Amino acid sequence: MTLDAAWARRWAAQAAATVAAAKDDLTELDRQIGDGDHGHNLDRGFRAVVAKLDATPAAADETVGAVLKLVATTLMSTVGGAAGPLYGTAFLRAAKVTDREELDAPAVVALLEAAVEGITARGHATTGEKTMVDAWQPAAEAAAGADGATTLAVLEAAAAAADAGATATIPLVATKGRASYLGERSAGHEDPGARSTALLLAAAVAAAEEP
Amino acid sequence: MTVALVLVSHSALLAQGAVELAGQMAPDVPLLPAAGTLDGGLGTSLDIVTGAVERALVEADGVVVLADLGSAVLTVESALEIEDAWSGRVVLADAPFVEGAVAAAVAAQQGGALDAVQAAAQEAGGTFAASAPAAPAPPVAAEPGEATADGVVTEHVTVRNPLGLHARPAAQLARAIADLGVPVSVGGVDGSSVLQLLALGATGGKELEVSARGAGAREAVRAVVGLIDGGFGEA
Repeated sequence: MTLDAAWARRWAAQAAATVAAAKDDLTELDRQIGDGDHGHNLDRGFRAVVAKLDATPAAADETVGAVLKLVATTLMSTVGGAAGPLYGTAFLRAAKVTDREELDAPAVVALLEAAVEGITARGHATTGEKTMVDAWQPAAEAAAGADGATTLAVLEAAAAAADAGATATIPLVATKGRASYLGERSAGHEDPGARSTALLLAAAVAAAEEP
Repeated sequence: MTVALVLVSHSALLAQGAVELAGQMAPDVPLLPAAGTLDGGLGTSLDIVTGAVERALVEADGVVVLADLGSAVLTVESALEIEDAWSGRVVLADAPFVEGAVAAAVAAQQGGALDAVQAAAQEAGGTFAASAPAAPAPPVAAEPGEATADGVVTEHVTVRNPLGLHARPAAQLARAIADLGVPVSVGGVDGSSVLQLLALGATGGKELEVSARGAGAREAVRAVVGLIDGGFGEA
């Protein structure tokens, strides 16, 4: 298992497949506390990512960062809603710290920390506000805590923490984003952005486990 | 320095309408809409925003960008992060979309630099928030057109346009006053600010006080009175 540019391309393809399968569930979560377009917007974005990657042949010395930057700009151009620039900035900042052909465990930690930094900077959100930060932040922390383990174990720790973080948004009252318009009524629903974050990181693990 | 505006909206119709409205007041300013998703839906797209800004930079030295709702702002901020070459030439105004676009367009038409056009947009929110004109009118002169001891020249003129000082005549008046180079107060507000003129709500038949102070005040007041009395081609 090598976390190289080919892995990054498999990650994008896995993410597209996962989002396509979950798009109705994500949109239903968003319909409850947002404007009901998260699943379909992300599906459109990741379809475009796959098309873009297919149309861009991999160079022999392609870096992980080059793939992630393509993912970033394509999401920013095609998602349409706030998830576009938010995920786009996460992948853009991640791309800046992964301009190398292969990632070791510390590089995976750096990737996740840069992504969190990008999302919080762009969205001016912090943990506990019922946003995707509630999945990204524990993911980055779990990865940092697993440092010294194998790269796959670091990724797995991040994905598991993102999943738990998404579930933990259910009782929260939203104070950022469209869901904050609902105030107290936003409690009792899982945040769609936190859930899609968990799906994306699970896709990163699945792509790493592929032969 | 010439400044263009890029208006980023979720809706192509909304951006087009804002371009039309601002363009009526600023005929020489390049105004470019950047709206909707690539497939024509509601939303914003990095590609569309970047393309519009690049086209604007062909026509002007600087670009002020206005955006309507939260994720439009995020898309513009993302574009600014990616395009290093825009540094110092492209700025986002933290301003209400329509009022900001109108104020920025008029400031750009008046030849304002990048920071002045951005500031005009950002001040636009406050203009409509205040229900009463902010600046007190200078003291009334003893005789129309005569300077008082402290050099203030004041005349009164009646708005002849049936619809009052609406957007087009207000913009024309603000431009003319900015060109005079002498600060002129109209109805107690800064006559070079189209938004302050609009906020006067000066309907047809309303009498307005026009005043200026110091060198060139008399000629400036006469010119402004002449313009308002002329009805801007509508009376």
